[in-house]
Amino acid sequence: MIYREAGDFHTSYREDNQTFPIRFDRYRYYAVLAIAFVVIPFFINDYWANALLLPFLIYSIAAIGLNILTGYCGQVSLGTGGFMAVGAYACYKLMTAFPEVSMFIHVILAGGITAGVGMLFGLPSLRIKGFYLAVATLAAQFFLVWLFNRVPWFYNYSASGQISAPERTVFGIAVTGPNTESWATYLFCLIFLVASALIARNLTRGTLGRTWMAIRDMDIAAEIIGVNPLRAKLTAFGISSFFVGVSGALFFAVYLGAVEVGEAFGIQKSFLILFMVIIGGLGSIFGSFAGAAFLVLLPVLLKVVGADMLGWPTDIVAHFQLIIVGAMIVLFLVLEPHGLAQLWRVAKEKLRLWPFPH
Amino acid sequence: MKDMSEGYVTEDGRKIGGVVMEMKNITLRFGGVVAIQDISFDIREGEIRAIIGPNGAGKSSMLNVISGFYVPSEGEVWYKGEKRPPMRPYQVAQQGIARTFQNIALFEGMSVLDNVMTGRLTQMKSSIFSQALWKGRAEAEEVANREVAEKVIDFLEIQHIRKTPVGRLPYGLKKRVELARALAAEPTILLLDEPMAGMNVEEKEDMCRFILDVNDEFGTTIALIEHDMGVVMDLSDRVVVMDYGKKIGDGSPDEVRNNKEVIDAYLGVAHD
Repeated sequence: MIYREAGDFHTSYREDNQTFPIRFDRYRYYAVLAIAFVVIPFFINDYWANALLLPFLIYSIAAIGLNILTGYCGQVSLGTGGFMAVGAYACYKLMTAFPEVSMFIHVILAGGITAGVGMLFGLPSLRIKGFYLAVATLAAQFFLVWLFNRVPWFYNYSASGQISAPERTVFGIAVTGPNTESWATYLFCLIFLVASALIARNLTRGTLGRTWMAIRDMDIAAEIIGVNPLRAKLTAFGISSFFVGVSGALFFAVYLGAVEVGEAFGIQKSFLILFMVIIGGLGSIFGSFAGAAFLVLLPVLLKVVGADMLGWPTDIVAHFQLIIVGAMIVLFLVLEPHGLAQLWRVAKEKLRLWPFPH
Repeated sequence: MKDMSEGYVTEDGRKIGGVVMEMKNITLRFGGVVAIQDISFDIREGEIRAIIGPNGAGKSSMLNVISGFYVPSEGEVWYKGEKRPPMRPYQVAQQGIARTFQNIALFEGMSVLDNVMTGRLTQMKSSIFSQALWKGRAEAEEVANREVAEKVIDFLEIQHIRKTPVGRLPYGLKKRVELARALAAEPTILLLDEPMAGMNVEEKEDMCRFILDVNDEFGTTIALIEHDMGVVMDLSDRVVVMDYGKKIGDGSPDEVRNNKEVIDAYLGVAHD
């Protein structure tokens, strides 16, 4: 009733290959885009932007990146935080070296540099798999954080060892630095997220996506049908790191403004993104959004309910947050190992037949 | 034996061409174990070539040598008149050799259609940027290769499960999907490792029909390993028999059936 595809026929393979083959889905997607681009910027304020929307947008990009590597190509990575740091520091160096260049270019270049670093650290993946690869990427995480802490060139010899984003503009509108408008930063991140999601979707539904999934599901069979495993894994590492680098650059330059590498891009960040991908659903672009939304919204929601509505002391609420989020993660892994994306798929299946399931 | 150097025509009127692949004195050792010992045979264009033998005879190892998983310790593989240098399996695939596995090796997380489309990966040449934008070459390639994949899906009668995840399919259908994936590559030589293993009679009959049709319609050269003797004798044009890593017979099904050594290997020899 609510959700149906009856009367929705496809007469060419091109139509069948669409991202949203069902008309209803397509319209909903346009509606969400319209609201995100046209409506929200008029109502946004600093609290909404900083507490919810910016972290959601930025973490979604990182989750899409990790999902390509782990969800689609099956290579476990615990180095996401380190790669985000590469994006952040690359962006910082570019911003300070070329102040007059548009911020768009900086962020994209930062992503490109991270892609190169990611491919370098992806090289061991040809020889090692599974947990061992996870440990190798863990080494990348610690090495990169150590590098950015210890080599003063990366933080331009600043006394504090921190990096802080100077004011940079896009078409004359400030998107970094102390004097930004919340709608500008929001739109800036939104554009990157939408572009990332579209690119990720196009890549994963086509040739490259099949190559990755073949490697994930059975690497021996993938090789026998003509997939070069080294190439497949390195493209996954490269493209994944590109998105992670973009999100790291945005996280530092647009969202936080100033970071200390160990704090902002430590091992916890790697785990946070990994949880997002697992809870959202491995191998699903929608899952990346859902996972990021879940882990960004849940703590805020718990704080609102606990501290503002029930009037509990904030430190107790903060502890409860950790307990509840942790418990939710465990529950999710037990009850729905395929994540929120699978829940959504099941719900759609049910809605197709509702209210006459037989 | 008739002279076959230039090819011949079978009783049922199929044209068999010249030699497309030749194994010359192949030996394969794993440490002290000799899996294959000095075996030579050839595969002709358009024929169905069976490799049979008792368990552990080295048949699968032979197939693995052909498809590039193993590099022979000694001997040469000649393909299309050229000596093949040692290569990785994906390079062998790019040369037009496709195969199926004894234990199904499908991509369980993908749909049937996506699995068949992976068979076309060697034909996909569009750049990452074109794919990222889903424009130009990437989109055209997707549609063109989809047409080939759909033809194969039609041919093997698996249209109804096109969008089903492979993990949900029963065994017999999985075998068919695996064949579809190999066929989608439009291979010169198709290697089948026990295509009939674990099937009931009806499924076997279907599979035989498909193998014959593939050979007949696309002219694909087929090399297969099979334990079901009835199937082997009916399907194949020529049979290689292996035992303990050695070749003990080679020829038409009738010749092989009456070969003393082959009978001994299968039925055992009386010790007196």
